[in-house]
Amino acid sequence: MTGTLAAIGAGLAVIGAGIGIGNIGAKAMEAIARQPEAVGDIRANMILMAALIEGAALVAIILAFFV
Amino acid sequence: MKWTSLLLIISLLFSFNTVQAEGDGEFDAAATAFHHIDDANVFSIGPWSIPLPCILKSDDGWNVFSSGKFHIHGHGNGTMAIDGYVLNGGQVMKIKDSSFPKGEVQLLAETASHDDVHHFYHHKKVDGKTKYSIDFQGKHYDLDVKSTLDGGFLGGGITSFHDFSITKNVISMILMSLLLFFLFRSIAKSYARREGQAPSGIQSLIEPIFLFIQEDVSKPFLGHKWQKFQPFLMCLFFFILALNLFGQIPFFGGANVTGSLSVTMVLALFAFFVTNLNGNGHYWEHVFWMPGIPAWVKLILTPVEIMGVLMKPLILMLRLFANITAGHIVITIFVSLIFIFGKSGDLPGAAYGASIGSIILGLFMMAIELLVAFIQAFVFTILTASYIGAATEESHH
Repeated sequence: MTGTLAAIGAGLAVIGAGIGIGNIGAKAMEAIARQPEAVGDIRANMILMAALIEGAALVAIILAFFV
Repeated sequence: MKWTSLLLIISLLFSFNTVQAEGDGEFDAAATAFHHIDDANVFSIGPWSIPLPCILKSDDGWNVFSSGKFHIHGHGNGTMAIDGYVLNGGQVMKIKDSSFPKGEVQLLAETASHDDVHHFYHHKKVDGKTKYSIDFQGKHYDLDVKSTLDGGFLGGGITSFHDFSITKNVISMILMSLLLFFLFRSIAKSYARREGQAPSGIQSLIEPIFLFIQEDVSKPFLGHKWQKFQPFLMCLFFFILALNLFGQIPFFGGANVTGSLSVTMVLALFAFFVTNLNGNGHYWEHVFWMPGIPAWVKLILTPVEIMGVLMKPLILMLRLFANITAGHIVITIFVSLIFIFGKSGDLPGAAYGASIGSIILGLFMMAIELLVAFIQAFVFTILTASYIGAATEESHH
């Protein structure tokens, strides 16, 4: 039972991170389309932001499995 | 194309070799996956095992010997016991019962098949923890795994012995450090020799990567102090990248160094100390007494900020560990599909069919993992740079 709940918790965390990273990707594509010359800066910041969101999701997943 | 098909054929041959090695009995995909991402006291290249030095400490004192003395058979299982230690699945374990004879004890005949050696070591799950045991001369012996300092948080704890061995992970780190050292020394030499000329050879491979980190990470995040922290950031990036890529080489050690919590913890601790020891008054003021907000908000904000200081390295540690481990597990699970479809050797036809699919999926996953190896090394570096940048930023009020 605890394992199932942990799996559901991990799944919910992944949904949140998925929406967040999806938004970053969509907006970054839009920004690159508007200003193709800024592609380098946008890409680096996109990866940084995705990593930060991933961090929040990782905390949730680790908590789901260990608490 | 010729090379790709050759690789496919070699992978197929190896996977059938493993099918035979796994043999009959229950197939546990999760246990197989965890066995393959764990550290080990042998370095396996294809079907061969290279012994590594074992440095073990128990209440009886220190034991130093080569893991080759266990007479390693396939899958890192030994047929000998040395002073109460055995080699089970590549890992040294200790027989709990102190009445077990000391010295070298022949557990199984040298001529025993891989299957017999494999099934000599039992494991079963008790309360979520895996318990290992052997049956020798009609008696049942429990096995202890090595001590870990996690206090039972990750299923470990202090047991009857400590393992200070040069393990697979340690040897991979030494190999990669030496490789990076000689690589960068030769590049530095060619810069001195070819001053003012276009880069050549290995220089042209490393220069764009180096400049990318310098221009996109160091300079924008660290401002005018970028040269002070550049060596640390470069060390982090190339060390993580080299180990990520080394772990991707199939049938060559399969080292999961950056997917080991201890290694990522040490890297994150370095980032933590470099950030906080270089933090200026401005940074600490923002942590403990954020200026420009009402006093009662500060009471809430200060604990949150202190938590943030500790959370940053924690997340750095978990992100690298989780990404690399997840990649390794997914590849192992794809290979495990062969055994799941073949029901552990009962249906050879299904195993042959599934192996084609699983090898294609495995290769696809490996291609993704090459990308992840770069991205995670980059993310670790860029986040460390941004933390250091935030801690050393000068006041602009």
